Amino acid sequence: MGIIQLNQVSRHFTKGRQKVEVLNDLDLEIEEGDFLALMGPSGSGKTTLLNLIGGLDQPTAGSVEVAGRQLVGLSSRKLAQWRSRNIGFIFQFYNLLPILSARRNVELPLLLTRLGGRQRRRNADVALAIVGLGDRAGHKPGELSGGQQQRVAIARAIVADPRILVCDEPTGDLDRETADEILDLLELLNREHGKTIIMVTHDPKAATHARRTLYLDKGSLVREAA
Amino acid sequence: MNSFSLIWSNLFRRRVRTFLTLFSIIAAFLLFGLLRSVADAFDSGVEVAGVDRLTVSPKYSIIDGLPVSHMSQILATPGVAGVTHSTWFGGTYQSTANFFPKFPVEPRAYFEMFDEYIIDPAQLDEFERIRTAAVAPADLAEEYGWQVGDRIPIEGDIWLREDGSRRWEFELVGIYRIRDDENMFAGFLFNYDYFDEARIPETEGIISNFSVRVSDPDEAAEVSARIDAQFENSINPTRTATEAEANRQFAAQVGDIGLIMNSILSAVFFTILLLTGNTMAQALRERVPELAVLKTLGFTDRRVALLVLLESVLLCGIGGALGIALATLVLGAIAPDLAAFLGQVEMSAMTTFGGLGIAVLLGIVVGLNPALSARRLQVVEALRR
Ligand SMILES: Nc1ncnc2c1ncn2[C@@H]1O[C@H](COP(=O)(O)OP(=O)(O)OP(=O)(O)O)[C@@H](O)[C@H]1O
Ligand SMILES: [Mg+2]
Repeated sequence: MGIIQLNQVSRHFTKGRQKVEVLNDLDLEIEEGDFLALMGPSGSGKTTLLNLIGGLDQPTAGSVEVAGRQLVGLSSRKLAQWRSRNIGFIFQFYNLLPILSARRNVELPLLLTRLGGRQRRRNADVALAIVGLGDRAGHKPGELSGGQQQRVAIARAIVADPRILVCDEPTGDLDRETADEILDLLELLNREHGKTIIMVTHDPKAATHARRTLYLDKGSLVREAA
Repeated sequence: MNSFSLIWSNLFRRRVRTFLTLFSIIAAFLLFGLLRSVADAFDSGVEVAGVDRLTVSPKYSIIDGLPVSHMSQILATPGVAGVTHSTWFGGTYQSTANFFPKFPVEPRAYFEMFDEYIIDPAQLDEFERIRTAAVAPADLAEEYGWQVGDRIPIEGDIWLREDGSRRWEFELVGIYRIRDDENMFAGFLFNYDYFDEARIPETEGIISNFSVRVSDPDEAAEVSARIDAQFENSINPTRTATEAEANRQFAAQVGDIGLIMNSILSAVFFTILLLTGNTMAQALRERVPELAVLKTLGFTDRRVALLVLLESVLLCGIGGALGIALATLVLGAIAPDLAAFLGQVEMSAMTTFGGLGIAVLLGIVVGLNPALSARRLQVVEALRR
């Protein structure tokens, strides 16, 4: 069984009196160690799907089993604890805390562990070294370029050593060259560190870094390319 | 980094705003510390021991006055070495803004009693000899540009003249100095005999209080009790106390000090509540995306709420502690000036810890609503914006 297993998942929203059926009876299985690119038109439900996999949202119907845990019906508190151990999030706009240095941003997820202060710092520095920013630990996000900020965000996502990375358009705000560097980094994390990655992207070239690509349209996975 | 330094960094993200808020909180608690301490001083009696002078006042109300005829009995009381009297004149010099105490006194006896007042012997002779004579402390004379020989008109309010007029006119014959410290009760002094003759007959022989010199300061408490015992059953019972205590009683009867102080403080804290509440609400609004990120990373709803609440408690706590510390310093500096009036003025443990308690409470009240909003914040909703 895959590390991510979605069965008959639906997610509907009600906007006032209008019902929006974003995902309908969706099945998805992802094996551990996979690197999946998820593409599809704007509004097709890619972010909604990521939120379900990342334990940020609950489906209207169906079963969401991730990293050996059934997420449907878990309390907000249980989900938070589960996220801190199993999922690393990477966003289009980095979502770093502007007041904290790179090192402290990376250290944030470790505040939820039992690690002591010194160990937390050391782990944060290791994560920063992996993404190639060992020399920028003291800089605040405002003092870093977009690509560097995204590297800090990646370091933050991997610092607690989760098995799964969930990326929502991680290169959407970057130029071609910087985007390729970030994609190479994700590929490295997938191949060398065994992270299972699911990445939403609008960029067909970005998708070539993944092992496979899925297309989402009108609430279902319509096509799978090898 | 730990959770505390995370809260700490958040506090200083908008330095100017944080410092402005902090300064208002400090100012509020500075005011709190000072006003509560002064109110406490008003409420606490001053020990009658080790002083060589006592003040005999009407037992119930300063308005009653005392008959000057008490004087011989007071003088005859064992342990009493000397006695004289003075009367609160009220009155206005030119404008009500010119406030200074004015007392009709017995010239020689008064300067013997208050030996910290220094006057030229020749001027004291003139003061005693001339019916309408007056003397003033040097700082007062300087303030109003008075010279010896000047005529000084005072508009009476409490005491009216037998001839129906309100205008009292005095001739300045002397200027006296005060040894050591300044004394806010050093008054414009004039002849009691003239005052008593000129006022309307029904009020003749009424004075405000007696000043008594005791032969042995160690016996001050006993002498005080003896004097009051003599008049206990008369129609003019007395209350004998130290000068500081008498001054305090006087002020307390003029206004309800506790009520005034508490009204001021309520207004101050209400303002601070709104101000700090607004700062916190604004800080939260700006930070919605960041709080959502923390939740994404696995911070529980409760933990995020606590971060927000503690930030508010920390801000108010620091402001409160600094304000109280500042009040302690200021109080230490001005206590000597207040001593004549209030006796010992100091910051009590009750005020210190009560103030810190109020600061923490303020932080909780102000932070509660933002904390609850932070707790309710839905990650998916917040990140969609
Ligand atoms: N909380 C919500 N309430 C109401 N409607 C929602 C909510 N979340 C998503 N939707 C709707 O669901 C649909 C899919 O949204 P989603 O953000 O998943 O799309 P997306 O594929 O990520 O698009 P994009 O490429 O623009 O990021 C949209 O029509 C959106 O308006
Ligand atoms: Mg999206």
